[in-house]
Amino acid sequence: MDLAAIFSLEVVGAIATLVLMSIGLAVVFGMMKIINLAHGEFMMLGGYVAILATNRLGISIWISMLVLAPLVVGLFGVLVERLLVRHLYGRMIDTMLATWGLSLALVGLATMVFGNTTVGISSPLTGFAVGSYQTSGYTLFVIAVAVAVLAGLWLLFRFTDLGLCARASMQNAAMAAALGANPGRIYTLTFGLGAALSGLGGAVLAPVTGIIPTIGASYIAKAFITVIGGGSSVITGSLAASSLFGTVSQAVTFAATPVLGEVALLAAAIVLIRLLPQGITGRFFKRSI
Amino acid sequence: MQTPLLPRWGLAAARVLAVAGVLLAPLVTDTFALLAFTVYLVMAMLALSLAFIWGFGGILCFGQAAFFGLGAYAYAIGAINFGPGTGALLLAIAVPAAFAALLGYFMFYGRISDVYLGVITLAVTLILFNLANSTSGPQYRIGQALLGGFNGIPSIPTLTLPGQDAPLEPEGLFRLVGLLLIVAYAGLRWLLRTRFGQVVVAVRENERRAELLGYDARLHKLAVFAIGGAIAGLAGCLYANWGAFVNPGVFGLAQSAQIIIWVIVGGRGTLIGPMIGCVAIQWMVTALGGQQTVDTGLVLGVVLALFVMLIPRGIAPTVAGWFSRTQKAGQP
Repeated sequence: MDLAAIFSLEVVGAIATLVLMSIGLAVVFGMMKIINLAHGEFMMLGGYVAILATNRLGISIWISMLVLAPLVVGLFGVLVERLLVRHLYGRMIDTMLATWGLSLALVGLATMVFGNTTVGISSPLTGFAVGSYQTSGYTLFVIAVAVAVLAGLWLLFRFTDLGLCARASMQNAAMAAALGANPGRIYTLTFGLGAALSGLGGAVLAPVTGIIPTIGASYIAKAFITVIGGGSSVITGSLAASSLFGTVSQAVTFAATPVLGEVALLAAAIVLIRLLPQGITGRFFKRSI
Repeated sequence: MQTPLLPRWGLAAARVLAVAGVLLAPLVTDTFALLAFTVYLVMAMLALSLAFIWGFGGILCFGQAAFFGLGAYAYAIGAINFGPGTGALLLAIAVPAAFAALLGYFMFYGRISDVYLGVITLAVTLILFNLANSTSGPQYRIGQALLGGFNGIPSIPTLTLPGQDAPLEPEGLFRLVGLLLIVAYAGLRWLLRTRFGQVVVAVRENERRAELLGYDARLHKLAVFAIGGAIAGLAGCLYANWGAFVNPGVFGLAQSAQIIIWVIVGGRGTLIGPMIGCVAIQWMVTALGGQQTVDTGLVLGVVLALFVMLIPRGIAPTVAGWFSRTQKAGQP
């Protein structure tokens, strides 16, 4: 019974981790059809902001993690959209390559500035016991943040004017512009929002993993297969794919090793894409956001 | 049809020069320079494989390093288990080709779009990197070869050509690499002139039209992908021979990125351009390695972004464009 409880907690934790890893990318990809290969480095930046603000400036870890990191990375995202991505709209492959260049450059820059060593921060929550098993309280926090992010995004897209304009611009930019929306500004805001969510994800996961300039590489593959597996709906797709892949990888991790868990995740993704090339939401829940 | 860079006699002269250069270079250079040239040529072969897949097959593969790494590991495991002969060499070609065919089956027969294809190949490479990294410990062994995890496989026996007793010396390895590169290049040029090659280019230009004309685009892409995987695997095998050492870095993101950069800088849609781009970038990386202030990755990233934004066609097509334009301007 205790084992079952721990196992379910770990599975939900794995799903929440995948949601946090992929949601920033899902917003940018789902709304703008842009593949941002610098997503992992945005997460890396978020992690650095959180850790440095806490360790060097003495800001409370909650503020630096939940406010400062998304804010800084979001502004950086706006800058990137203005300088780089804006010039390549409609050229999907070129956008991908240019953001990959950005990704390499950011890794190089971070290595020059911070050095090629892992900096860490201790988890701000203590563990607790379930029966005879000890588990980390931070897992609960990760789950809570993931739920809050998904709920917030849903409210934003569903009930605000900005969300409505954003969804309209993505469906038909010319029509939205004719009705008075400003697609250029909305693209910038959407990219900034995606970047902010990447920064948040990187910051929240930083106490678990530690941060090193090359950490983006360990996020990006999982983030991408989750987004692609999810399909075009941002929130539903991300949640559905995270649930599927998180369960598969955690189950295999439990049965064998974490590495085999990652392999199982990839194998599940490739089979899924073979069966549903448009992702889960290309077939099911088509009308969802 | 693109305009050829050189007239027919010029092409023949270039071929003779290339073969002569490969055979004579060991006589005039010292061993250190020769080793550096060898690795340039090995990487040029890797660039050639992506030039073929991407430039002519239209398949954007972000994971060419996966086949390179598989070739290197396959050779190492084969050479340690049953000797560094032709068998290990063939294994290093067959394993990546088979892996490419399997991966290609899922991707092309799943009708995944170009962009997803790039992402999947990238993800596969990263997973292979993680997998190879985690194989430390005596339980991870294939036959007598310890996989060694992060530390890789050291002291790989060097290739012994059939009919010879001693393994290749650096001079012999250089000649072998150069000749194989020329053979691969000439072979791909020949292949592109055959009916198969024409269909491949047609599929790149317009996949649906090619299908409506009765060609199986999926099968052609699969074949191109497997051939590219085989050439990348051969390059990996030669790389393992060059350093007598292989570690998971061959699967790394940096390696994959460099291959893409070579092709972007050299020019998509040519075979020679990416090889030139490869040598130029390699030279730049070596030069940058001598100083401490600027990180190499930063420079490579900026080069990639700048080329995509400002010179998206790459060096070779742009330069060729100048020449054909001046020729046209000169004619009355």
